[in-house]
Amino acid sequence: MGMTMTQKILAAAAGLPEVKAGQLIEADLDLVLGNDITTPVAIHEMDKFTTEGVFHKDKIALVMDHFVPNKDIKSAQHCKCVREFACKHEISNYFDVGEMGIEHALLPEKGLTVAGDVIIGADSHTCTYGALGAFSTGVGSTDMAAGMATGKAWFKVPSAIKFNLVGKPSKWVSGKDVILHIIGMIGVDGALYKSMEFTGEGIASLSMDDRFTIANMAIEAGGKNGIFPVDDRAIAYMKAHSRRGLKVYGADPDAVYDETYTIDLSTLKPTVAFPHLPENTRTIDQVGDIKIDQVVIGSCTNGRLDDLRVAAKILQGKKVAKGIRCIVIPATQKIYLDAMEEGLLKAFIEAGAIVSAPTCGPCLGGYMGILAEGERCVSTTNRNFVGRMGHIESEIYLASPAVAAASAITGKISAPIE
Amino acid sequence: MKANGTVFKYGDNVDTDVIIPARYLNSSDPKELAAHCMEDIDKEFVNKVSPGDLIVADKNFGCGSSREHAPIAIKAAGVSCVIAETFARIFYRNAINIGLPIIECPEAAKGIESGDEVEVDFDSGLITNKTKGTTFQGQAFPEFMQKIIKAEGLINYINQK
Repeated sequence: MGMTMTQKILAAAAGLPEVKAGQLIEADLDLVLGNDITTPVAIHEMDKFTTEGVFHKDKIALVMDHFVPNKDIKSAQHCKCVREFACKHEISNYFDVGEMGIEHALLPEKGLTVAGDVIIGADSHTCTYGALGAFSTGVGSTDMAAGMATGKAWFKVPSAIKFNLVGKPSKWVSGKDVILHIIGMIGVDGALYKSMEFTGEGIASLSMDDRFTIANMAIEAGGKNGIFPVDDRAIAYMKAHSRRGLKVYGADPDAVYDETYTIDLSTLKPTVAFPHLPENTRTIDQVGDIKIDQVVIGSCTNGRLDDLRVAAKILQGKKVAKGIRCIVIPATQKIYLDAMEEGLLKAFIEAGAIVSAPTCGPCLGGYMGILAEGERCVSTTNRNFVGRMGHIESEIYLASPAVAAASAITGKISAPIE
Repeated sequence: MKANGTVFKYGDNVDTDVIIPARYLNSSDPKELAAHCMEDIDKEFVNKVSPGDLIVADKNFGCGSSREHAPIAIKAAGVSCVIAETFARIFYRNAINIGLPIIECPEAAKGIESGDEVEVDFDSGLITNKTKGTTFQGQAFPEFMQKIIKAEGLINYINQK
C-alpha cells in the first residue's frame, strides 16, 4: 500500500521500509525547538533525567520571542533560565534580543529547517515548516525535554486529508484566505490527528510566504502537520537560505487518503474568521458593517516580507482612520531590515501605524496591543479564541494583511480595493 | 487505580487559552497556574473544585496553543481525570506525558452533566455515573502509554528504560 508524503518521511526517520496510519513509531529528530514560555518548563523536566546533557548542540533551537524584550520581571526570569541553559549546553542556535525573530519565521530564514526533516517544537505553530516539505509538529514541554535529551520522539503515524489546489488566486487573495477558507470548510477539528497534504497545480502560483501561512494554520484545523510538495520554488528558497542537504520525498501515486478536497483558488475571495473560532469564516462581501478599534499586522502567520509589502501597498499615501490603533510587527530582524530598505516602514509610519520590534506579543495577549472590554481587532494572527488578545469581552477577526490594512484606513472590516 | 469525584462539564473546543490564559504564562509554577485554571471560561471553577474532581467535555478539548501549562494547571488544581468526546492532539500527548489521566469516550461525554458523581476505573476503562446509575466503556490506553502514566510522566519512563 502506498504511503503519503508524511508517512514516507516518518518511515525514513524511524528506519523502517514502510509505516501505516495508526502505527506507533520512534523517530530520529533533526531539530527540537522551544521558546521563552515553553522552554523553562522543559528545562525543569530535563532536571529529572538521570543522564546529563543534550543529544546535539546544533540540533536544538531556542528562540526568545513571546514576551521579549521582556515585558515584566517573571518573563525576564524565564529568559534568564533559558539563556543560562543555552550557555551551559553550548546550544548554537540560541536566539535572543538583537538576533531573534518570531520562531517560525526565523528558523526557515536561518536555514535550520529543510525538506525531509523531522522537527518537533514546543509551540503549536511548529507545523509551519511543512511549507518546505518537512514533517514538523507542535508538542509540549515534556516532549521537547525528551527530544533535547534523546534526539528521538514517539509518534502515532497519521492518516491524511488531501487538498488538491487548482487555479490561480485573484489579486487580493493570499495564503491566509486559502487556509481560512479550508478551516471554514472542515472546521477546527476537521483534520484532528491527521496530516493535511497540499498538492495540485495551483501550488505553483503560491509564494513561499503564502505556503508558510497555510502550513502554519494546519493546527487551527486540528492537523498534526500540513505539508507541501517540494517544487523548484521551494528548492530555490532553501538553497538561498541553507547549506544543508535536502531530502525530497513525495507521496506514492497509490497513497491512501481519508478524504480529498479540490479547491479552485480562482473562486476564493478575501475571507475573515469571526469570533471566537477560526472556523467561523465569512467572505469579505458577507461581513456587514463591523467597526473596529485596532489592527495587528504580524505574527508567525503573517509577519513576513510579502505580508508587509501588500499591507504597505494599501497604506501607502493613506491615513489610518482616526481612533484606530494600527500595529505592524515584522517577524524577524531581517524582515525588519528588508522592510526598512524597501521603504515599507516609512509607508506604515506616515500612514499613522506603529512599527514594533519582532515579537509574538499581541497575538497571544502577552503585551504590545492588549484589547480592552468590548474592543474589536482585525488581526493577521491565527487564533480568535475568547480572551486570546485581552479582555474576555473583546473580539478578534482574523484576516489577511490586505484586509487588515484596508480596514485600518476605513475603521471597519473592509475589502482591499484598487 | 480509580478516580472518583464531582464533574465540571464543558462544551466543544475548550482551548488552552481559556484553560490557562497567556497573561499567566510568565510563571511555570503549577500552584500559581492552578489558581487561574479555567478562569476565562468558568470563573468559579477554582473556588469550587475539590481534589479528585473530574472535567468532562465535548469534542476537541485542549485545542490551540501547545502550552503544557494547561494540563499542568488542571492536574495541580486537583482534577483526577479528564473525559472528552475527543481531545486535540497536542493536549492529548501533554496530558499523558505529565501523567494526567485522560479518556476519550463520546458516550460518557453525552451522558454526564455538571455536578454528577463519577467514578473511573483506569485499569478497565469503565466509567460509572453514580448519580444517574449509568456506565460507559472508555477507550483503554495502549500499553506503552499506560507505562508512561504509571511512571508518572515521560521522563521517569525514559529513565526506567
